[in-house]
Amino acid sequence: MHLLGQLSWQAIPFDEPLPMIAGGVVLLCVVAVLLWVWLKGYVPYLWREWITSVDHKRIGVMYCALALVMLLRGFIDAIMMRTQQAMAFHAAGYLPASHFDQIFSAHGTIMIFFMAMPFMIGLMNLVVPLQLGVRDVAFPTLNSVSFWLTAAGALLVNLSLVIGSFSRTGWLPYPPLSELTYSPDVGVDYYCWAIEISGIGTLITGINFVTTILKLRAPGMHYTRMPMFCWTALASNLLIVAAFPILTVSLALLLLDRYAGFHFFTNLGGGNAMMFMNLIWAWGHPEVYILILPAFGVYSEVVSTFSGKPLFGYRSMVIATMAICLISFMVWLHHFFTMGAGADVNAFFGIASMIIAVPTGVKIFNWLFTMYGGRVRFSAAMLWSLGFMVSFVIGGMTGVMLAEPTADFELHNSLFLVAHFHNVIITGVLFGAFAGYSYWFPKAFGFVLDERLGKWAFWLWFIGFWVAWAPGYVLGLEGMTRRLQHYDVAAWRPWLLVAAVGVLIILAAIIVQVAQLVVSIRTRASRRDLTGDPWNGRNLEWSIASPPPPFNYAVLPHVENQEPYWDMKQRALEAGHLQTPEPAYGPIEMPRNSATGFVCAFFAVVTGFALIWRIWWLVALGLVGAYATFVRFAWRDVEEQVIPADEVARLERANRAARSQALAVLAERVPTP
Amino acid sequence: MSTSTDALPPGALPQGGRPVDPSHLGHRNDATAAEREYTGAGAGGPAPKRIVVGYGFWIFILSDVILFATLFATYAVLAGNRAGGPGPHALFDLRNTAEETVLLLFSSFACGMASLAVARRNLLWTQVTLLITGLLGAGFLVLESGEFARMVSRGAGPTHSAFLSAFFTLVGCHGLHVTAGLLWLGTMMAQFWAKGFRQNIRHRFLCFTLFWHALDIIWVGIFSLVYLIGEVLP
Repeated sequence: MHLLGQLSWQAIPFDEPLPMIAGGVVLLCVVAVLLWVWLKGYVPYLWREWITSVDHKRIGVMYCALALVMLLRGFIDAIMMRTQQAMAFHAAGYLPASHFDQIFSAHGTIMIFFMAMPFMIGLMNLVVPLQLGVRDVAFPTLNSVSFWLTAAGALLVNLSLVIGSFSRTGWLPYPPLSELTYSPDVGVDYYCWAIEISGIGTLITGINFVTTILKLRAPGMHYTRMPMFCWTALASNLLIVAAFPILTVSLALLLLDRYAGFHFFTNLGGGNAMMFMNLIWAWGHPEVYILILPAFGVYSEVVSTFSGKPLFGYRSMVIATMAICLISFMVWLHHFFTMGAGADVNAFFGIASMIIAVPTGVKIFNWLFTMYGGRVRFSAAMLWSLGFMVSFVIGGMTGVMLAEPTADFELHNSLFLVAHFHNVIITGVLFGAFAGYSYWFPKAFGFVLDERLGKWAFWLWFIGFWVAWAPGYVLGLEGMTRRLQHYDVAAWRPWLLVAAVGVLIILAAIIVQVAQLVVSIRTRASRRDLTGDPWNGRNLEWSIASPPPPFNYAVLPHVENQEPYWDMKQRALEAGHLQTPEPAYGPIEMPRNSATGFVCAFFAVVTGFALIWRIWWLVALGLVGAYATFVRFAWRDVEEQVIPADEVARLERANRAARSQALAVLAERVPTP
Repeated sequence: MSTSTDALPPGALPQGGRPVDPSHLGHRNDATAAEREYTGAGAGGPAPKRIVVGYGFWIFILSDVILFATLFATYAVLAGNRAGGPGPHALFDLRNTAEETVLLLFSSFACGMASLAVARRNLLWTQVTLLITGLLGAGFLVLESGEFARMVSRGAGPTHSAFLSAFFTLVGCHGLHVTAGLLWLGTMMAQFWAKGFRQNIRHRFLCFTLFWHALDIIWVGIFSLVYLIGEVLP
């Protein structure tokens, strides 16, 4: 047996210029950033304040940062696919088929698992404990483990760019194609191990947030007083807890087939490939609701704040959220109506899929009625929400078309389907992520993003999306199947050229977003949010300083209604001064930093890499390392650090002073009724 | 239970000295009055650490049960796909399975004894009962690996048919859980020995007992749905 398993110099694709150049550029960037960090002496700061931090706000920011970087990676894949298809009419284009297959697989994998998921989980991390009025999540150190395991998965996927190759089977590895017989290289193994590792991280997140939302809330915060974002986060994390074990098992069974010659999904030995479709979609369909539900929560917060009104139909919104949570587990078969389950089964799942449009429609109407009669401020966050409402209704209706089994037989596997899910995921999930990004950025960093560039980014994304994906619907109806490396149908060409223009508009949008971030950071002095409440918000997260102190709340707030901060402000405005008398500040115990997450993820990368290349001694080493890390953590004697009462009082008095000033401004601007 | 009150905050006990739990449901009787209030609809403020840890671990067990449910479903789908190989009736030895069951259930009983010893802060009995728990669990693993080895030596290994793949994966996954549990148990014993009955270690022990008992429940499922039903499968 070779000491390095299957790993050799042949794993590096020296003969393919494209991945080599791309890998080289990425490597250079990474080295440059690391060198810059090291030369500037930022390493101790990064280690102390970020890498080992167990503060939910810091972890949330790191999740979002990971998501933004992965968005760039996934988007480069998108540009390559769109340009390839624009060129490859009666021609081979510039991407060989094996490379093109890796690109569409990596694009889907990265965008779902390492962009959309981290973005949503990042926003939840940042906001949920603040909205619940508590000091941290239930298990802060495990939270850090979750993040670093997600980052470990992302690292493995990106390693495949230069060491070996990535999966060629699409974003879900359907057998028998993904079996060893037809995918003998390590591509599918990279996919499976990366997703298994990050999946454990996501499962821990789910457990952490369900426990946090159900067991850690400020006094007086009944379920019917929780902000809508917390409700959607609860639904989403319940789905994570219920669905991710299924993903873990489906991929583990595939791995057993590939590594140990089992017969779960093989053609021989009684294996059943169709069982994989059932298992993976029993996870996969709840997964899309895991992504969209928190986005619905963001829209609820944004629409209510920028309309200056409480959310319309709060209780119906809660019921709709939980209905979606439940029904999302009863529709998975609509992903393979064509598999031949029979008319009865298809009809059941078709109807269930259409029913899910009902609670979604309730939500749309609730947002519209929230705006109705309100004083709508068209900020960037609000524009993302409006763009979502217009586009998502269309995406939802094409979804109902696909839910009709007879129509699905025509549309299945065509670009119509691809256009549908890009429609709901980009204008639903991604727009929600961007809305949350502009809305809560000041809370995380203490300064507001440039609104003008933010609005530009929105319009470019909105127009770019429709130019890129409206042709997809047409192409699907014209019979174009997905994942074509080249084609010879003349009628498709113009639409694919239009789509390529669309992707360039989105490129412009992303450049504007990068510019927005750079400009905002450089001019942050002039855009400071001193009040902690830049949007005249309604929920508790706006009642504390921006960025919040490590302990969030010097004294846990007492919640008396659905919009505690709005209520607090109104009472203060009426009285002309802050209503809560200064409390007696005490010392606060917060969990200490821990390198457990980072070290554990290091060993996870080692183990994953060793498993992919079948370096068995290194697998053992990685597992022992991970175990030792946890024992080391269990052995610690001091769990908490104490923030002294003086420090708490100093920070909180500054917050109260800023708030009194803000109150004066507000009193001038908004005459009390 | 007088020894177990050392961790309770002053004033947590009513006049009589014994903690009161009127419903006798859902709370250990050393829960403080404040704790009982928090475990309701949760509007009384953040729950104390012990409840948060236990609750979180229950959620984990829920996810683990779904993991096993997926494996059970897989087994149910593939149980008939023997690829011309042997079926359950020819392979399973119910006597061996019965012995495994007895070992595992008594292991759980010993684990329950360990909880009592921990509640009384008795280090000796804690270690003794945990050792018994571990030995019985290890005995279970010995019997199980013996069964696996016999099947493989008869040419009925997991690569032979889809039925056997599913059988070895479902039962083996439970075995892996027991193995991980033993590793955890050893770590728990070392922690009690090195650090004593610290609060966070008792929280961890609470989680361990939940885990160990949950594995019993899974095993009852395997015993009934794989081995017993296997006897009557064609």
